[in-house]
Amino acid sequence: MATVKELQVNGVRRAVEADPERSLLSVLRDDLDLTGCKYGCGEGRCGACTVLLDGKPVRSCTTRVEAAAGKPIRTVEGLAKGDKLHPLQQAFLDCDAMQCGYCTSGMLMSALALLSQQPDASREDVVRFMNGNICRCGTYQRIVAAVEQAAKAMKGGGQ
Amino acid sequence: MSEQSLVEVPIEPERYEFFEDPAFALELDRRDFFRIVGGGLVVALFLRGLAAPAQRGGFGNQPDDIGAWLHVGEDGAVTVYTGKVEVGQNARTSLTQAVAEELRTPVERIRLVMGDTQMVPYDGGTFGSGTTPRMAAQLRRVAAATRELLLDLAAEQGKVERAALAVQDGKVVDSGTKKTFGFGELTKGKKLTKTIGQDVKTTPAGEWKVAGTSVPKVEARAIVTGGHRYSSDVKRPGLLFGKVLRPPTFKSTLVSVQTDDAKAMAGVTVVHDRDFVAVAAPTEQAAERALAALRAEWKTPTEPPGDDLFTYLKEHPGGGRGGGGFGGRGGGGPRGSVADGLKDADHKVEATYTVAYIAHVPLEPRAAVAEWADDKLTVWTGTQGPFRVRSDLAQKLGIPEGRVRVIVPDTGSGYGGKHTNEAAVEAARLAKAAGKPVKVVWTREEEFTWAYFRPAGVIEVKAGAKKDGTLLAWEFHNYNSGGSAIQTPYAVPNSRQEFHVTESPLRQGSYRALAATANHFARESHMDDLARALKLDPLAFRLQNLKDERLRAVLEAAAKRFGWGKAADGHGFGIAGGTEKGSYVATCAEVVADVKTGRVKVVRLVTAFECGAVVNPEHLKNQVEGAAVMGLGGALFEAIRFDKGKVLNPRLADYRVPRFADTPLLETVLLDRKDLRSEGAGETPIVTVAPAVGNAIFAATGIRLRSLPMVPNGLKAPAKDG
Repeated sequence: MATVKELQVNGVRRAVEADPERSLLSVLRDDLDLTGCKYGCGEGRCGACTVLLDGKPVRSCTTRVEAAAGKPIRTVEGLAKGDKLHPLQQAFLDCDAMQCGYCTSGMLMSALALLSQQPDASREDVVRFMNGNICRCGTYQRIVAAVEQAAKAMKGGGQ
Repeated sequence: MSEQSLVEVPIEPERYEFFEDPAFALELDRRDFFRIVGGGLVVALFLRGLAAPAQRGGFGNQPDDIGAWLHVGEDGAVTVYTGKVEVGQNARTSLTQAVAEELRTPVERIRLVMGDTQMVPYDGGTFGSGTTPRMAAQLRRVAAATRELLLDLAAEQGKVERAALAVQDGKVVDSGTKKTFGFGELTKGKKLTKTIGQDVKTTPAGEWKVAGTSVPKVEARAIVTGGHRYSSDVKRPGLLFGKVLRPPTFKSTLVSVQTDDAKAMAGVTVVHDRDFVAVAAPTEQAAERALAALRAEWKTPTEPPGDDLFTYLKEHPGGGRGGGGFGGRGGGGPRGSVADGLKDADHKVEATYTVAYIAHVPLEPRAAVAEWADDKLTVWTGTQGPFRVRSDLAQKLGIPEGRVRVIVPDTGSGYGGKHTNEAAVEAARLAKAAGKPVKVVWTREEEFTWAYFRPAGVIEVKAGAKKDGTLLAWEFHNYNSGGSAIQTPYAVPNSRQEFHVTESPLRQGSYRALAATANHFARESHMDDLARALKLDPLAFRLQNLKDERLRAVLEAAAKRFGWGKAADGHGFGIAGGTEKGSYVATCAEVVADVKTGRVKVVRLVTAFECGAVVNPEHLKNQVEGAAVMGLGGALFEAIRFDKGKVLNPRLADYRVPRFADTPLLETVLLDRKDLRSEGAGETPIVTVAPAVGNAIFAATGIRLRSLPMVPNGLKAPAKDG
């Protein structure tokens, strides 16, 4: 495979020069300085590296960058519009849904994927869909509340 | 600029003669400080009698016993310098609240510089729940003294009666003329320093307006937008990525290593210094490839098998590497005669409890970026002990501490698991060899294998009580897991409680609440057994034997919110209470357990918690909930499996941590005691989770589980009594 020369991230075409076998996570973080997505396990088991690829949540640590070439990628840095936070971000603030915050961007991106597919997601849906995301600080109950709050806000004309 | 100094010699640190020309012994450092932060007013707290070690804080030569300092810039900006670090426990917010309270200044105006050894006073580390009772108290005094100094300055500058002045909303206000003085107006063109002592008057909790309220997490916006930079996110020009060659087992030693292939790779630096072999390369991928190209031969000694751990611990007493440091209190002296007490008892219960090694699993693994410039070393790293790491770096790199700067960005959690220096030292060695900055981020497997664990342990308990429920005898021996909270809080005339140091097959160390979890698990499970033997309600039995009003209060509060009583069919209720690090906790658990299917589900946990005056109710609830979830992992299924110097489950696929679906309904009752000192709260709420759940499983099934984790493979497999 050839070197990956370009990625479409958060609506912008970004030039890169990446070995196709590198992880999407490493290219986003190290080459494009989009460090919101985190390394947590390298085995796709914690969700800290979650980004949206073509609207679907992927574990960027186990996704080769070549698989992301030519497809829209959305990261946590692309959630807010200027100073205006996305309803999910606002809900995480309102619910104090974090402690150390290291899992937060992955949580936000997974939740965004869920609510995009399923705006009426029930509490059980949230738990099932997000069970692959670990918050070692244990703020799960608050994250569920935040996703529920954001779902309401998004239906009310949010993003 | 005027160069007034407002400092007296620290013989009477509590006194300050504000406009007196001082004999300030630290002139040079003071200039350094102002050179870096700009002019204005600096107030430092002098801690008389602090048992400070020889290490020194930022600016090299200031007294060892300065606790904290605060700077009001010429622009009015308020910056507080503290050696504590933020690891998710919300110290940044709670300490900001303490300053905001005393300085009568909005939270948004106050910035905390934390854990930067060049800028902050020496600090022993962020652990032991010490930030709230000690650092917050120090910052309160500094801020209160600063407020008074600003009033002095305003009175002087405005030629007005000081008595008419007050600080309100970050400004000095003259109540007569309504004239205001911004902090910057008062400090403009000045370089004022002031040391103060311990006895500055601070605002009592009953009058708090900012502390005691749920101020939102100050750095939360940066977190939700992805902007906050953890150590692993730090970027430097020319940054290389480092990887370290790990031995096949813990005690393997290097016989030989072939590094030529790795060295031949473009841009790769290889370091080989005795057993340390590591590579640095321009990308992480290139570093991984270089690491894979190393050919090493190791000598592997025989290390203990994992299948008979608890016998091993009992049979290997001693002060080896399993020993002290994390033990806490050793148990105190015996009281009365346990033998006599047992003789008089109507009911006796004797049992052995065990706890497995568990891993902290901080979601951000150990990470460091090291950079050398003019033989000075700067390291960004996530650690709970920045000054300890600085000292380690100086020693291991062979340079004076004064040439090492450790900066701790707010870190992706620790839970007691990040007291050490590994990634920092590795990055520094590689950066020195490569002549470029190097980042080392441990893989999850490295974090599982080469960090340290919560100690495993064996606990033996013998106890007896009279028919009427009076405790008569209590004997408690903890092997290896530690001495924290080993003392029973129950009133018992005959007792003996001892912590026994043993060898440990694995590297072990601190963990959230240390051994208090293991000791509470054994004690509160055993109390439950006694209650059952006596046919007494477990709550009533506990209350009957308790004199400690604070512990009674949390037990009663938890039971009340929970609706203590009879559980539905197939469900079980359990309760446990305890105290550690000055705060009090009780947990009630409801489980659904089915012996036929082996399924156990914790459906509800109610925690009542009391830590004196509550500083931030919402953040406190968050900590209590987080402790409950983390506690469930160790209670139900977390365990490190190992054999002969190797961890067998060093991946999240094999080591289960609590997830969304494991989380029960969590309810928290906070008892706010404004009449009592605020204590730390990050640790203690975890200690009663496991026994409450175990007691609930017993209530549901009649099966008493005495090993943590209790149900790693469901209920049936480990179901045995005694």
